[in-house]
Amino acid sequence: MLALDRIGKTYPNGVRALDGVTLNVALGEILSVVGGSGCGKSTLLRVISGLDPPTAGRVSLDGAAITAPHPKIGMVFQEPRLLPWLTVADNVGFGLPKLAQAVRQRRVAAQLQRVGLFEKAGVWPRELSGGQAQRVAIARALVTRPEVLLLDEPFSALDAFTRADLQDHLLSLWAELKPTLVVVTHDVDEAIVLGDRVVVMRPRPGRVGEEIAIDLPRPRDRQSAAFDFAKRRVLTALDRAQDRPLSVDDREAETAAGAALWW
Amino acid sequence: MARPAPDRRNRWRAIALGLLVPVSVAALWELAVYAGLSSGRLVPPPSRIFTTFMELASTGELTRHTIATLLRVLAGFGIGVAFGTVLGALAGYSALARSLADPTLQALRAIPSIAWVPLFILWLGIFEASKVALIAVGVFFPVYLGVMGAIMSVDRKIVEIGRIFRLSGPAMIRRILLPAVLPEYVIALRAGLGLGWMFVVAAEFMGAAEGLGYLLIDGQQLGKPAQIVAAIVAFAIVGKITDWLLVAVSTPFLRWQDVVTHHRER
Repeated sequence: MLALDRIGKTYPNGVRALDGVTLNVALGEILSVVGGSGCGKSTLLRVISGLDPPTAGRVSLDGAAITAPHPKIGMVFQEPRLLPWLTVADNVGFGLPKLAQAVRQRRVAAQLQRVGLFEKAGVWPRELSGGQAQRVAIARALVTRPEVLLLDEPFSALDAFTRADLQDHLLSLWAELKPTLVVVTHDVDEAIVLGDRVVVMRPRPGRVGEEIAIDLPRPRDRQSAAFDFAKRRVLTALDRAQDRPLSVDDREAETAAGAALWW
Repeated sequence: MARPAPDRRNRWRAIALGLLVPVSVAALWELAVYAGLSSGRLVPPPSRIFTTFMELASTGELTRHTIATLLRVLAGFGIGVAFGTVLGALAGYSALARSLADPTLQALRAIPSIAWVPLFILWLGIFEASKVALIAVGVFFPVYLGVMGAIMSVDRKIVEIGRIFRLSGPAMIRRILLPAVLPEYVIALRAGLGLGWMFVVAAEFMGAAEGLGYLLIDGQQLGKPAQIVAAIVAFAIVGKITDWLLVAVSTPFLRWQDVVTHHRER
């Protein structure tokens, strides 16, 4: 189990990004995290990944504290972040520990097969489309068989069609090994398609606002009434999360979060 | 291919157009001297330059002078690259090293390097050491600046990939920093080499018994303009070859870059 216990994160410049975030994510669960800008969604993932340790509280995986990047925790960023000087296959194999060449190649090939890019193994990253590059990034994170995979707005840079495609693809990959997924997104549809549970964050400092369980069977029909109902619950919760004391400058949230989340 | 690609044809056309002016001027001058309109004593016609070049080559003179110059350039280049790489890497990697070294080096860079010549002669004597030192100074700065800039501009996002996969310090350098820095490093080396060839001329003007720069001075003092031009041509050829070698050595490591593939495909 991934456990966050009263996580706080204050940056050296005094900005409080997170305050008292307590969350438990069960093994194999998919947790979606949504919220407006400035609510610390990305910071939360960076804290869990060990890239930016918390300034208060404790992150633990199966009881062991996480203070630095951990072999059981993988991460996929908003951008693919492929290494341009490595072929697709070498990018996928980048994080594999020292293994015999043959074993390594077999695992990379199998993983590329799973993301449907086997024939692109020898290609340079610059020759890939945005969606293909992000699939390679997911393959790179999954090939080490992490127990937890963190995804920071992984599909937000893609067009709507590719995005829906990759959401389904991610779910089918998840179904094979059932890692724990924590997906940060600003796309409410995405949060509901993927998540067993949606956490709505409140901004300034980032806190957990509400948690909404999504009890819809998979695969989820984006057009169904039940989906629509879940969506309305999340949107209402987001609306409540934006409701905060007037002393705080709220222009940014109104424009960025309001526009991005509602429309 | 049945028919050259349009961009290939354009390229030949561009080359032909670029050659038109110099080749016509050379041909006209050749004709003018041939017709007796000018003696060609101060501005030798191409045929006389070619003859001089071949004479120097056949007596082994040209080889001897070229090798002398090449060795100076290589020695200065090696020293300049070594210092430029190490100091540039330190200044790029550590803010403390940058604060310590960079202001001084930038101040030194503002001095026209030829101004060091008298001092180098006093310190190192009139022979090889002062010449190599001058070339090394010329090579040092572009390499230093290139390496420092390249390291400072390595994408933090790519470095985080290394962190996520828990690379150790040496592994981070070998697997992320070096490949990320390489394209700019090659550019810095080429700039350094170019300056090395510039500075070797100045160094050989300081008084050399052999070298292509000696041929230049010798040609001036004895009134042999054809020899001067022949030496200049030799400079151009050797300089281009060394640059080309540098590119050829680095190309296999830079295949991932768009531009390199583009050139290869041509």
